[in-house]
Amino acid sequence: MFADLPILSLLIWVPIIGGLLVMLAGSGRSGLEAKVLALLVSLLTFAISLPLFFGFDSSTAAMQFNEFKPWIAAFGINYHLGVDGISMPLIVLTTFTTVLVVIAGWEVIKNKPAQYMAAFLIMEGLMIGVFSALDAMLFYVFWEAMLIPMFIVIGIWGGDNRVYATIKFFLYTFLGSVFMLIALLWLYGQADSFAILDFHALPISATAQIWIFLAFLVAFAVKVPMWPVHTWLPDAHVQAPTGGSVILAAIMLKLGAYGFLRFSLPITPDASQSLDWLMIGLSLIAIAYIGFVALVQRDMKKLIAYSSIAHMGFVTLGFFIPWMIAANNGGSFAGAAMGISGGMVQMIAHGFVSAAMFLCVGVMYDRMHSREINDYGGVVHVMPKFAGFMVLFAMANAGLPSTAGFVGEFMVILAAFKANFWIAFVAATTLILGAAYTLWMVKRVIYGEIVNEKVAALKDINAREFLILAVLAFMVLLLGVWPAPLLEVMDLTVQQLVEHISVSKIPAGAM
Amino acid sequence: MFDSIQDISLYIVLAPLIGAIIAGLFGGVIGRAGAHTVTIIGVAIAFALSLLVFKYIVFDGMEPQNFSVYTWLISEGIRFEIGFLIDELTAMMMVVVTFVSLMVHIYTVGYMSHDEENWPSGSLAAPNSYQRFFSYISLFTFSMLMLVMANNFLQLFFGWEAVGLVSYLLIGFWSSRESAVFANLKAFLVNRVGDFGFLLGIGAVLMYFNTLDYASVFNAVELHKDMTISIWPGSEWNIITVIGILLFIGAMGKSAQVPLHVWLPDSMEGPTPISALIHAATMVTAGIFMVARMSPIYELSEVALSFVLIIGAITALFMGLLGLVQHDIKRVVAYSTLSQLGYMTVALGASAYAAGVFHLMTHAFFKALLFLAAGSVIIALHHKQDMREMGGLRKYMPITWITSLIGSLALIGAPGFSGFFSKDSIIEAVGHSTIPGAGFAYFAVLAGVFITALYSFRMYFLVFHGKERMDAHTRSHLHESPAVVTVPLILLAIPSVIIGWIYVDSMVFGDFFANAITVLPEHDVLSQVGFTTAFGMILHSLVTAPFWLALAGVGVAWYLYMLRTDLPAKIVQLPVIRTLYALLQRNYGFDAFNNLVFGRGSRGLGTGLWKAGDVTIIDGLLVNGSARLVGLISSLLRHVQSGYLYHYAFAMIIGLLALFGLFVVA
Repeated sequence: MFADLPILSLLIWVPIIGGLLVMLAGSGRSGLEAKVLALLVSLLTFAISLPLFFGFDSSTAAMQFNEFKPWIAAFGINYHLGVDGISMPLIVLTTFTTVLVVIAGWEVIKNKPAQYMAAFLIMEGLMIGVFSALDAMLFYVFWEAMLIPMFIVIGIWGGDNRVYATIKFFLYTFLGSVFMLIALLWLYGQADSFAILDFHALPISATAQIWIFLAFLVAFAVKVPMWPVHTWLPDAHVQAPTGGSVILAAIMLKLGAYGFLRFSLPITPDASQSLDWLMIGLSLIAIAYIGFVALVQRDMKKLIAYSSIAHMGFVTLGFFIPWMIAANNGGSFAGAAMGISGGMVQMIAHGFVSAAMFLCVGVMYDRMHSREINDYGGVVHVMPKFAGFMVLFAMANAGLPSTAGFVGEFMVILAAFKANFWIAFVAATTLILGAAYTLWMVKRVIYGEIVNEKVAALKDINAREFLILAVLAFMVLLLGVWPAPLLEVMDLTVQQLVEHISVSKIPAGAM
Repeated sequence: MFDSIQDISLYIVLAPLIGAIIAGLFGGVIGRAGAHTVTIIGVAIAFALSLLVFKYIVFDGMEPQNFSVYTWLISEGIRFEIGFLIDELTAMMMVVVTFVSLMVHIYTVGYMSHDEENWPSGSLAAPNSYQRFFSYISLFTFSMLMLVMANNFLQLFFGWEAVGLVSYLLIGFWSSRESAVFANLKAFLVNRVGDFGFLLGIGAVLMYFNTLDYASVFNAVELHKDMTISIWPGSEWNIITVIGILLFIGAMGKSAQVPLHVWLPDSMEGPTPISALIHAATMVTAGIFMVARMSPIYELSEVALSFVLIIGAITALFMGLLGLVQHDIKRVVAYSTLSQLGYMTVALGASAYAAGVFHLMTHAFFKALLFLAAGSVIIALHHKQDMREMGGLRKYMPITWITSLIGSLALIGAPGFSGFFSKDSIIEAVGHSTIPGAGFAYFAVLAGVFITALYSFRMYFLVFHGKERMDAHTRSHLHESPAVVTVPLILLAIPSVIIGWIYVDSMVFGDFFANAITVLPEHDVLSQVGFTTAFGMILHSLVTAPFWLALAGVGVAWYLYMLRTDLPAKIVQLPVIRTLYALLQRNYGFDAFNNLVFGRGSRGLGTGLWKAGDVTIIDGLLVNGSARLVGLISSLLRHVQSGYLYHYAFAMIIGLLALFGLFVVA
């Protein structure tokens, strides 16, 4: 019944146009109208995304909700949209998170609230564009355009050192995507088309695959971010306002991981296979090395930023484990889909959990204007409701079963075990490290006696903050207790992807 | 309502969960009485229905029930289910868990009645702390039930970590105390080390069996007994051994076996009811339960069994020794728990799973009793826990005194008490075991009998007999605890006496667990023990070592702590003893080692990686370095763009000449 509505186009353009309207509505006033309008737009977008989830046909791996219009006919560039089991959950996550961000900024943003809200709405539309574009040029346009609102959000509403952070953020991600553009142009030359699905079917020689893989890797690894191109993230998070951190962690990091699934794996499966040792190695470094680094952070946002990098390590580990599984099991890829699905689930789960963690820090920062762990202690005695939420999300961050944080890590570790005992061994250290850095922070912030007078004067969360955290808590528990629906949505798409990458794309005779 | 055992099982787990949710989320609305009423009703329902299930399974001979509740997720056709397996082992565990939990719930009404005094003034966490406590212990009951009723490894792990979570919340319950929030972090992390092994074990099970369902795994285990896995090049490990040891590492964390025992003594920072419920009777026995449940796996690997046996023996002996040097009443009981968990583990290693599980049950009753009695003493003394400030309490607290005596007699294995039957079975079984390490284990459990008797009665005499060493003010307020405290003591004292008589024949020597526990004929030590009735056991014991060792322990305790109270202080000053005593007081240096190597070591590593890796090399050298390089180049280039016309003209001429030259040469 929704088939005749261009849902994906609506999802892209409603928030973008809505964002522009919000900017107009907010000029020169208190901003209340703008904020209400922003909330309505974000809710409307979220509502439009629901049929995407509930109307999704999980009995096919093909693209759904397709839209196709020629755009720049001379170069074969089309306005081509569609989703499968990989991109659809990420779009719903985007619309969901944006609503929370709008509510979270409600009273907190005093400086140009209309523009703030507008930036997030426009960013939402652009990110949905990235997830739903099936034309490489369209994808690239959204991919680059998305940087601008985030650049503005950090640059205008950020902390004291925001200029350094924005420049670092922009240069890193922009430089990365230049390489991607070159790869896309090369692929266009070969396929005579910008359709991503045509790229998937294109036979490519082994050497060319390596080069394309590396070009994509630069772009996506920066976004994820993978070690050692990760250092922009802690800086960006620390300087970004709460909403910026939430979107950055919950959605933007996923774009890189999504890129691996949409481009690297299916377009260059042979290169992915020959370089999987590198990807797995970097993933394990992210999990273990970054775990230790997170342990000693003194700034809560930095700690959570590092923990994000470690959690994203599971995503890339799950994505690049298939060939080692096959090598260890006589060529059978059984178990590979569990790794990739696990990575996918980890993306969604991390979206909820990291958003919640950054919002929690935001709640405290709004009151204390400090992110230093040492400035806190004994918060439970003044903010018991908040402390309850914080401990719940911390447990989810530490991967406690029955929370969202467990599901993906569990699946990836199980898959990794099929590949190699020691990969699983290093990955499983997250059980200890994740608990150590998260709960040690909780101990120093939430528990203990109140030593700082400013903490003694803190007020517990208000209804608005309660609402946001309660909704997230519900999602974190729901996904942990009953992940089956999410798995069902992505199952066939992932299986098809595994089938696709298990076959070499190197043309016969051209090694 | 009671149409099927499936429905009943569901009610059993949901009743405490609903109680926990109501008391936790609406504690402020329903108030204290509302919170304890709703949770006690929830646990009472669970207990009553558990009895019903026990009747169906044990008395009516119903077949074991194995069923799924819902599908957690499906990936690649592998179904991860939430489901229950109800057999004799589960039924027994359900009754024990819900009974002890019910007793603790009732006891808590008295113990926590003045909890607001334990919080800093003005703390907003204080007003609902009573309700929150009830919510947590009900949540614990739910989690523990999910753990023991699981029919697959996934749910086992869920319950496993969930009880860990509640343990964390409860150890740190008085969250303003630095020692409490240190202890709960420590407990969680040490348990996570165990769970690390446990999760890898689950990974191994899934890899080789392609399912996490108990029944499917146990059915297929025979086929896998000769398969190997290459852990590192050139070494092939039997996969059953690998799975057994990895899973047991999980048990070492949860059941506090050396060297992962370090969290349990510190967990005494939590309120006493949870020390009884979680850190004595139920949660810490989860590891024992798990290994017994996995008996079809462990039976196929003598290496794994031997590993279990030796770890258990070390824990039984060396943790018991630590009980001798404690002054804090709760710590004595805590080390005693460690040592008794060692006994259970030894039984598992010797393939006497039934004896281990039987000791688990008797221990749940008498150890919960001892902890709750210690709590009763602690309330009477206004939260003083040092035994040097106690003494002569039997006059003031007759019920606490008698029930403590019963608990202590059960603990040391006095003939006729429940602990006697279970512990003697273990000792006899280990004596017949031929697994490598059995000789050492037999020595350890025998020596442990003497030590157990010595520290138990040291505590008993120091607390209830002898001089009254408390200050006058405290003494003037001494009185027996209220009925909500003493009734649970009495109700726990009853099974501590009689449960051995009733069940030793069927559980240890009979076929009570025939459906649940697998023992290969060549490992079946319990059938070689020779006696099969409770009375026969008592007669037999009078001519064997454990009885006399226990008697000697009590005798020495009486001599040192009643007759010659000046002696202990002098003994400690003896040359060799002094060193030994210092070693024991430092917990063999485990804490110091862990703090140095794991605590400071990992923080140092983290700082090193951060400062050297991220800040200096990546950011300093590469990122800002390339930024500086760009800056340098551009500052050089800036000289070129000087703005003087003659500079540009000069450059153009040079360029033209160069180009011209290039063409000429070409």
